[in-house]
Amino acid sequence: MAPYESEDSTTAGEADDLRAGRRKAARYVVPVAVVGIAAATIGLVPAIADSGDPDLPDITAQQLIEKIAKSDVQQLSGTFKITTDLGLPDLGGLESSLASGAMPSGSGDGSSADPSAKLTELASGTHTLRLAVDGENKQKLSLLENASEYSLIHNGKDIWGYDSKSNEVFHATGDEAKAEKGKPEEVPATPKDFAEEALKSVDDTTAVRVDGTAQVAGRDAYRLLIKPKQSGTTVGAITVAVDAETGMPLKFTLTPSSGGAAVIDAGFTQVSFAKPSASTFDFTPPKGAKVTEEGAMEGAAGEHGSGSAKSEDEFRKEFEKELGGAKPEGGSGKAAEGGPEVIGEGWNSVAVFDTGGEGMPSGSEVGGDMGGFLDSLGDKVTGKFGSGTVFKTRLINALMTDDGKVYVGAVDKDALVKAANSAK
Amino acid sequence: MSRAEVIQQGGGQIGGGIARARKPSPLWTFGLFRSELLTTFRRWRTLALLAVLAAVPILVGIAVKIETGDGSGGGGGPQGGGPAFISQITNNGLFLVFTALAATLPFFLPMAIGVIAGDAIAGEANSGTLRYLLVAPAGRTRLLLTKYATTMTFCLVATLVVAVSALTVGALLFPLGDLTTISGTRISFAEGLGRALLIALVVAASLIGVAALGLFVSTLTNSGIAAMATTVGLLITVQILDQIPQLHALQPYFFSHYWLSFADLMREPVYWDDLIKNLGIQGLYAAVFGSAAWARFTAKDITA
Repeated sequence: MAPYESEDSTTAGEADDLRAGRRKAARYVVPVAVVGIAAATIGLVPAIADSGDPDLPDITAQQLIEKIAKSDVQQLSGTFKITTDLGLPDLGGLESSLASGAMPSGSGDGSSADPSAKLTELASGTHTLRLAVDGENKQKLSLLENASEYSLIHNGKDIWGYDSKSNEVFHATGDEAKAEKGKPEEVPATPKDFAEEALKSVDDTTAVRVDGTAQVAGRDAYRLLIKPKQSGTTVGAITVAVDAETGMPLKFTLTPSSGGAAVIDAGFTQVSFAKPSASTFDFTPPKGAKVTEEGAMEGAAGEHGSGSAKSEDEFRKEFEKELGGAKPEGGSGKAAEGGPEVIGEGWNSVAVFDTGGEGMPSGSEVGGDMGGFLDSLGDKVTGKFGSGTVFKTRLINALMTDDGKVYVGAVDKDALVKAANSAK
Repeated sequence: MSRAEVIQQGGGQIGGGIARARKPSPLWTFGLFRSELLTTFRRWRTLALLAVLAAVPILVGIAVKIETGDGSGGGGGPQGGGPAFISQITNNGLFLVFTALAATLPFFLPMAIGVIAGDAIAGEANSGTLRYLLVAPAGRTRLLLTKYATTMTFCLVATLVVAVSALTVGALLFPLGDLTTISGTRISFAEGLGRALLIALVVAASLIGVAALGLFVSTLTNSGIAAMATTVGLLITVQILDQIPQLHALQPYFFSHYWLSFADLMREPVYWDDLIKNLGIQGLYAAVFGSAAWARFTAKDITA
C-alpha cells in the first residue's frame, strides 16, 4: 500500500506488470457488482412479490357482487393511487387551463382551496390520494402534491378544503343529514364508487365473471372481470379487485379494447380498516390563512358575473359530469336527467349534444398554419349525416359534425358515424 | 501548512504503528479523522461556503418580511411560486427552516458538498501533500474512508447551519407557535421542532450520493479545481435531465430525483414511500461510487 508500489515493478519484468494491471482492474469488479446487484434487486423484487396470488375459496360472480353490495366498511384509512391515461397529448399547463376554461366551476376568481378547482387535476396523470373514513360524519380526502397537499375534510356539519401550497381555506357548512346524503360523492374516487357505477351496467350487454385472485395493498382479493359483449366500444375490460374479507373494492382498472396500458388504474396501495385517530378530522384554519366561506364565494362569483353561484349540490353534479366524461356508463346514466339525447344502448351509448352552432371550422376554411393545426387534431369523416371531424382519445371519442352536432361515446369511429347516420 | 501539522501530530504514534507491522490502532484512525476535520473546517473556503449557506435563510426571511410588511398580513402569498412552504412563513417562523432547506437543497448545498468532496483527494494531490499523507501508515482505504467521513460531516454541518440560521431569523422576524402540517392537522411547536430536526437530518442524508460522486471524481484527477468543476457540472446536468419529460423512465434513478421528498415529513401521517426511495438511492450511489473511488484510489499511481 505504499505510494510508490507500482514503480517498483519496473525492475520485475513485463509479466509482473501485467499481473499488477490485472489486479488493479479486478478492483473495478466491486462497483460493477454493486450496480449488478442493485439492478437485479430492482428488477426481481417486484416480480417475486407479484407472483403469489392468494388461495381463496371459489366464489361466483353473483356472490361477489352481493358481497360488494353488503360491504359496510365504516372505518378505514389508506393511500390510494389513481393513474389516468386517456392518451391526450401532454400539454402541461395549457391542458389545465383549457380544462378549467371548459368547466364553469373553474372560474379563476375562486379560492384555490375550492374543491371543484382541484377535481380537474385528477383527469390526467398519476395522483396519490389519502383517504380516512370514520363513520358517516367524518371523512378526509387528501391529494398529495409536491411538497404540498390539498385536503378535503368533512367533520360533522363542517366541510373544509385546505390548500397548503397557497395556505388558503375553503369552508362550507351543511346540516348533518345533508352531509350524510352527500357522503358517497365526497369520497368520489374510491373503488367502491367505480364498482357501483360499473355494476349498474350489468345486463345482457355485459359479461361478468370472477377472474382469479390477487394481492392488493397487502390484502387478499378476488378479481371481478367485467367485459362488454358488444363490439364497437372502446372499453376492453374492467377489473375490480374486491377484498375477500370485507367485500370492499380495492382496485379498479379499465383497459381499452385497443390494448396497451390501462386508461384508468385506481387502487389502494396501502389500506387499514382500523379507526383513524380523531385528530385526523380536526381542522382549524391556520393563523393567517385566507378563508373563503361558501356563501362569500357565491357573492364573489355573482359580482364577477362569471358563472352561476355554486352550491354543494352543484359541485356534486359537476363532479358527476366529469366522472361521466371519463366513464361510459356514467355518461349514459346521467343523460336521462334532461341533458343530451342518447343513441344506442349499453356500452355503445352515444350522447348527442346540439351546439346549434356552425360546428368546428375545417382546416381549409381557416386556412394557413392554423387550419393545418385544426386538421391535425382530428380525422375528417363523411357519411349520410354530412361531414365532420372525429376527435380521439384512448377511451372517449367524439364526432363533431359540420352542422354543429356533437356525438360523444366510449365507442370507436365507425360506431360514431353509424350513430350519426341513424340520427338523421 | 496545516498538512505539516498533521504529520507532526501523527509523528509520535507513527513509530508505534510501524512497530506493530502496519496495524494502526482505532485511536489512530480517529486521530486522522479529527485532523482531517480540523483542516477542512479551518479552511477559509469552507467557512465562506458556510457563510453563504447561512445567508440564504436571512435573505429569504427579510424578503418575505418586506413583502408582507405593509400590514396586509399573510394573505396567501404567491400561488405556486417560490420554494415550498413560503406562504406559511409569515404565520410561523419555523416554516422558514423548511423553506430555506427547500431553497438551498437543489443547488447551494450540493454545490458546497461538490467543492469539499471534489477537493478531498485531488486537492491533496494538487498541493503535493497526498504522498506525505500516505507515507504515514494510514493505508489508502483508510484515508479514503476518512475523507468520505469528513465530507459527510460537512454535509451535516452545512445543513444544520442552514437550519439554525433559518430558525434564528424566523424567530426574530416572525411569530412562533403551534403549526399546521400540510395535511391540515395541528402539531405543537415542540413536535414541529422535532420534525425540523428530522428534516435537517434527511436533507443531510440526501447529499450522501453527491458526496460519493464527488469523491470518485476527485480520485480521477490531480487537479482540485477540475474535480470540483466536474462534480458541480454533473450536479447541474442531472438537475436539468430531471426536468425533461421524455426521460421519465430514467429519472427515478437520478440522485436528485427524490430530494424534495423531505417535505413528506410534514404530512400527517408521514408519507414514507418517497423518503425511503430517496434514502435507498443515496445508499446505492454511496455504494457504487464509493467502491469505484476505492477501486481507483487503491490502484492509482500517486505522483504528487
